[in-house]
Amino acid sequence: MMKNVVACIDGTDVSTAVSDFGAWASQRLTVSLVLLHVLDKSEYPAQTDMSGNIGLGSREALLQELAELDEKRGKLALEQGRMMLETAKQRAMDDGVIEPITHQRHGNLLDSLLAIEQDTRLLVLGKHDEKLKPHVGSRVESVVRSLHCPILVTTDTFKAPEKVMLAFDGSDTTRKGVEMVAGSPLFKGVPCHLILVGNDNEAHRKQLNWAQSTLEAAGFDAPASIISGDVEQVLCDYRREHSIDMLIMGAWGHSVVRRFLVGSTTTSVVRNATVPVLLLR
Amino acid sequence: MYQTLKTNWLSNPRGDLLAGIVVALALIPEAIAFSIIAGVDPKVGLYASFCIAVVIAFTGGRTGMISAATGAMALLMVTLVKEHGLEYLLAATLLTGLLQIGAGYLKLGSLMRFVSRSVVTGFVNALAILIFLAQLPELNPATDGVTWHVYAMTAGGLGIIYLFPYLTRSIPSPLVTIVVLTALAIWLDMDIRNVGSMGELPDTLPVFLWPDVPLNLETLLIILPYSVSLAVVGLLESLMTATIVDDLTDTPSDKNRECKGQGIANIGSGLLGGMAGCAMIGQSVINIKSGGRTRLSTLSAGVFLLLMVVFLDRWVAQIPMAALVAVMIMVAIGTFSWESIRNLKQHPMSSNIVMIATVVVVVATHNLAYGVFVGVLLGALFFANKVGQYKYVVSEASDDGLTRTYRVVGQVFFASADKFVEFFDFKEAVDKVVIDLCEAHFWDITAVSALDKVVLKFRREGTEVEVIGLNEASATIVDRFAVHDKPDAVDKLMAH
Repeated sequence: MMKNVVACIDGTDVSTAVSDFGAWASQRLTVSLVLLHVLDKSEYPAQTDMSGNIGLGSREALLQELAELDEKRGKLALEQGRMMLETAKQRAMDDGVIEPITHQRHGNLLDSLLAIEQDTRLLVLGKHDEKLKPHVGSRVESVVRSLHCPILVTTDTFKAPEKVMLAFDGSDTTRKGVEMVAGSPLFKGVPCHLILVGNDNEAHRKQLNWAQSTLEAAGFDAPASIISGDVEQVLCDYRREHSIDMLIMGAWGHSVVRRFLVGSTTTSVVRNATVPVLLLR
Repeated sequence: MYQTLKTNWLSNPRGDLLAGIVVALALIPEAIAFSIIAGVDPKVGLYASFCIAVVIAFTGGRTGMISAATGAMALLMVTLVKEHGLEYLLAATLLTGLLQIGAGYLKLGSLMRFVSRSVVTGFVNALAILIFLAQLPELNPATDGVTWHVYAMTAGGLGIIYLFPYLTRSIPSPLVTIVVLTALAIWLDMDIRNVGSMGELPDTLPVFLWPDVPLNLETLLIILPYSVSLAVVGLLESLMTATIVDDLTDTPSDKNRECKGQGIANIGSGLLGGMAGCAMIGQSVINIKSGGRTRLSTLSAGVFLLLMVVFLDRWVAQIPMAALVAVMIMVAIGTFSWESIRNLKQHPMSSNIVMIATVVVVVATHNLAYGVFVGVLLGALFFANKVGQYKYVVSEASDDGLTRTYRVVGQVFFASADKFVEFFDFKEAVDKVVIDLCEAHFWDITAVSALDKVVLKFRREGTEVEVIGLNEASATIVDRFAVHDKPDAVDKLMAH
């Protein structure tokens, strides 16, 4: 079965960029684009009735009442979601995608994504303004943790990448990442800068050389450099200096416990990046 | 981790905290009233309610459900407390917890599928009746201190509970009832029974203590029967309540985790000087109605309960029993399934009998487990009887009248084996009988021996018997057909 590019549409201001990036990726990869909207009932606030009494038939009446409320909300959300998907579909078609597929599911985002993980080649998620909605960041994070497909976390504006950079640290994840980039049509013809954050020593240089030659063998223009310093700061400076449009990096190597205690570079890079980040697992 | 924390605890903080307060108000009367019925100080029930609610908030499998010291459990402890005292009750509570954890690991929660809708309704109604009956001693004129004031106050309390919400829905009406009646009793200096006269109230936070019982076989034999009853009733009520909350909130729950959670909560309760408890239908409905959805609502109910009784103990002691009786009558009324009375006319007689039998047995024995047992048994009998009727035998004679073919279609098992034998005419003088079983299901050994009997009887009459399709029919005697690894097993079974 053909794997798809899945773009998560939620109707916020990033949705346009998400559908644009989805369209771009699906055209580069020549696979279908699936526009997904998830209806999550747990997002609705519970109704509060402080009267605190129960009488004859209270249980039945309460069930009826709650079901009616859910029904109303559900219908509205369904309608709204359909409209959002229609808009996104139209936009993707304007971008040149032939027949984008729209898909709506009930449940929470993570479960819905896990259900279609088998058929997902690339997942496109929007990153909300973290200051306005701090909780969305953790949702993106839990999705990235649980799924094993590449995930593109977009910002709210679309720009087809003309220069990308790959944060390389010699680990298995990033080595595999280099091979994926080299083997995928996604970045064909786009210069891919290689960055290794760390001391300039023999081992690092050897690893970076391997990465560079792998990419060059696949026809990439791949300037490589080793810079020492704080990972996040270095990546950020380098990006600005060379006006990079997209960051590619391996996602979380550490356990949940460790991340909970010491925090994670990936989390804060994703959170603070002003360009889209492609996470490889 | 953040995600779980968020959805299970912090997705609805305002509704949860408010609901916690409302629920705590409904927990206090039940804990006090049933401590008295169990024959222990109110503090035993109140500590139990606090501890169970707090522990189950973390360990339970059903978010938004309320567990605490309950009437159903208290009624099972009466003789244990009377004959052996409080320490044995605490020990029995610990053992109950262990049994429930064991049930959780053995996944006994899945046995709930044998408890039919009618039994659940019967259970709920019986529970409501038990809660109501438990209030009667406080209204019995023979009891010391019960005067016409008590009746007036109870009636007034019920009036406030049901009429006050028409005025405003922002203050819990049970709270208004308790406050108004307490103020009235203090102001008029009425000589009526109040909470303070029922026994010791908690004055400190609960402390850890190991039950003071000899650790030997004798103790175990004393507490085991009680612990088994408590564990069974606790799990039954908890799992039924979980199903009700599942329906109300349209969200799933983990029943086996709930079993283990109840066990851990009871062990915690026993170690802090509390009695065994379980989930409560009425209070859980109040919680959902008040907007509680997550674990935070359960936790806050427990914490508010303790804060109220420990720091307001002087005032709690002044609450007249009449006020608590009014609140408990409300809980009883709200727990009762009103719909089941209306449904009596439409539902089949067999399910009505199951429901009513469950109620009658519970009310007679004061043990919900017996009621459920009788209900499940009756339900199974009715079902076997019904399925046994899905069967017929057609026979036709050959043209020369010397051979007769019986074609058996349908279900043959213990409940229908006798009828199966009756279908055959042994007195007919034929040379040969053909029994075609290709479309029959033989479910058990009784069915097979019934067939043997038929064959034998024909032989004794000198008739030759040929059985067709025996292999297919007996292939259905399966204790456990592995549908999961043989996808066509069900098709095969249904095909003939």
